[in-house]
Amino acid sequence: MPTIDLGAVPLRELNAALHALPADTNETHWKVINPRGKHAIAVGLDVPVTVEVEGSVGYYCAGMNKKATVVINGSAGQGVAENMMSGRVHVKGDASSAAGATACGGLLVIDGNASARCGISLRGLDIVVKGNVGHMSGFMAQAGNIVVLGDAGEHLGDSIYEARLYVRGTVKSLGTDCIEKDLRPEHVKDLRRILDAAGLPDVSPTEFRRYGSARRLYNFHIDSIGSY
Amino acid sequence: MTSDERWIHTPPRHSATFDAHAIAEIHRAAATGIYDIRGFGAKRKVPHFDDLLFLGASISRYPLEGYREKCDTSVTLGTRFAKKPITLKIPVTIAGMSFGSLSAPAKEALGRGASLMGTSTTTGDGGMTEEERAASSLLVYQVLPSRYGMDPDQLRRADAIEIVIGQGAKPGGGGMLLGQKISERVAKMRTLPQGIDQRSACRHPDWTGPDDLEIKIIELREITDWEKPVYVKVGAARPYYDTALAVKSGADVVVLDGMQGGTAATQDVFIENVGLPILAAIRPAVQALQDLGMHRKVQLIVSGGVRNGADVAKCLALGADAVSIGTAALIALGDNHPHLAEEYKKLGTVPGAYDDWHEGRDPAGITTQDPELTKRLDPVAAGRRLANYLSVLTLECQTIARACGKSHVHNLEPEDLVALTVEAAAMAQVPLAGTNWIPGKSERGW
Ligand SMILES: Cc1cc2nc3c(=O)[nH]c(=O)nc-3n(C[C@H](O)[C@H](O)[C@H](O)COP(=O)(O)O)c2cc1C
Repeated sequence: MPTIDLGAVPLRELNAALHALPADTNETHWKVINPRGKHAIAVGLDVPVTVEVEGSVGYYCAGMNKKATVVINGSAGQGVAENMMSGRVHVKGDASSAAGATACGGLLVIDGNASARCGISLRGLDIVVKGNVGHMSGFMAQAGNIVVLGDAGEHLGDSIYEARLYVRGTVKSLGTDCIEKDLRPEHVKDLRRILDAAGLPDVSPTEFRRYGSARRLYNFHIDSIGSY
Repeated sequence: MTSDERWIHTPPRHSATFDAHAIAEIHRAAATGIYDIRGFGAKRKVPHFDDLLFLGASISRYPLEGYREKCDTSVTLGTRFAKKPITLKIPVTIAGMSFGSLSAPAKEALGRGASLMGTSTTTGDGGMTEEERAASSLLVYQVLPSRYGMDPDQLRRADAIEIVIGQGAKPGGGGMLLGQKISERVAKMRTLPQGIDQRSACRHPDWTGPDDLEIKIIELREITDWEKPVYVKVGAARPYYDTALAVKSGADVVVLDGMQGGTAATQDVFIENVGLPILAAIRPAVQALQDLGMHRKVQLIVSGGVRNGADVAKCLALGADAVSIGTAALIALGDNHPHLAEEYKKLGTVPGAYDDWHEGRDPAGITTQDPELTKRLDPVAAGRRLANYLSVLTLECQTIARACGKSHVHNLEPEDLVALTVEAAAMAQVPLAGTNWIPGKSERGW
């Protein structure tokens, strides 16, 4: 297993080495040690390899990930897995703000809490946060799912489009145009799929409440002016 | 006074304050309850390049022969950090205009025209289309606050990356694309429901402030192996500080867009009342680069109301490395052409004044997603028109540069210019014509 010591090797070399891997590489498991909060670790990957980071990372770890699995054995700074397209990112600690921002696909699992704006402008990724999420999570989220086992902060789902938000605990307040919606069988089924993928077979989907867009602001209407 | 004389009035007198436009706007607002949204750029008169003149050569400066002596026009962008800087043959590039605001053939035509002239085009909100990638030999990929269509594969296929902080028409505002233009293809590319009125974010979702921007730039460079030039685009608001902060954040190129800059759809009040005219923004931006020892190392591209080769030459003389055009490029493709007078009439307007680009009913087939209207624009012919126009801009700029004795258009300098008005002299920091007076020149030099 290739091990890269970021205490000794420049970040640029790590990312370049990962980008140079052919799709059918035999070097499918990489270890990164001494990350020491460095930014942009394992970004722009495009091959089905696993990168395990031993420690905490700075901003944008696994940014724009495609196909790869990135495991962070520590906490993650701002924008972890931002704009991810596919693959899997697992943060064993907490995540700072904008986790999974604008991401299009794959799965992001955060074992701890996620800070403000988790899943902002989400475009199709599934996010599972085992702890709580901060304020404005799911802001303008367009597609995908945010599943929160703990509580959600203020203004959840503000200006949300078609993304789905599932919260097991309490929601401090809902944002503009975000409402609670029925948890219908298709949602239970989908939630089951996501929880299983996140390795949570014992968590029951029916314990969650679902939130989404009231779609009142999709087209401008003069009577909605106070909502903006 | 007889009873008849009592009713004799002075002739009707219009108010300078409540002029016809102001009154019409009050009526419109009262009738609709919503602000006016439109395309194009600021229509009010602001100090502009027309207020500057070149001095030309004289006894102390000798000119170059118009058709014999070389006057180079090439510009290389991204020399600071990028492994693969790009070189434009002409100092004019096509600004970012989204597919969505523009039709697919219009985007293709921009690519064709620019490529014929050896310059670049830029994507826009909503991502990259195959048509424009195929038609553009040099394509700049925008990273916008909305991130609609943002895709790492497209990032890797781009020749340069432009992080958009703001736009001259609306510094501090987000994108807007109204339902009529959210066709199935546009909706799919942006992951939005079809037909909604899209109002996109005005701030980036995953960073705020210059320290974060620096990290964002590093991320984009890491993703693309430090190959591509990274531009930072700002609307002209605080050009000295914005330029300095963009440089500090690690930009290769700063793109500065003045208030006259075009937009596809913005509130009229925003277009007309926020931001600086480009004339007032170039010198502070150049000063910031000079103060940091970065002039010509970090390149400066300016835009906002560039119409002809004289405008291009004036931007370069004030210290820019290149200019960027949006509105003028659309006009070159055929927007606002007199032959569409009948069609514009049906839309309640006239050639030259058409600005309802947000409505998607453009008879020229440029700012629309309507399949029938879109077909009207032939990308090959329109691309040729754009190339012709770009060629004229370049020839005009060279004509002036040679007259000022310059073997490269970058050798134009503020000393070649004078201003016709006190305002323009103050903003461009060149003397009022016939004097050696530069109003407001402080010890700091700006
Ligand atoms: C139809 C249209 C669409 C535009 N879309 C974008 C965009 O997506 N992103 C962006 O940064 N600027 C956009 N702009 C602004 C241009 O990039 C550029 O800043 C401006 O047009 C330059 O000024 P000019 O029109 O006077 O040449 C758009 C402008 C127009 C006219």
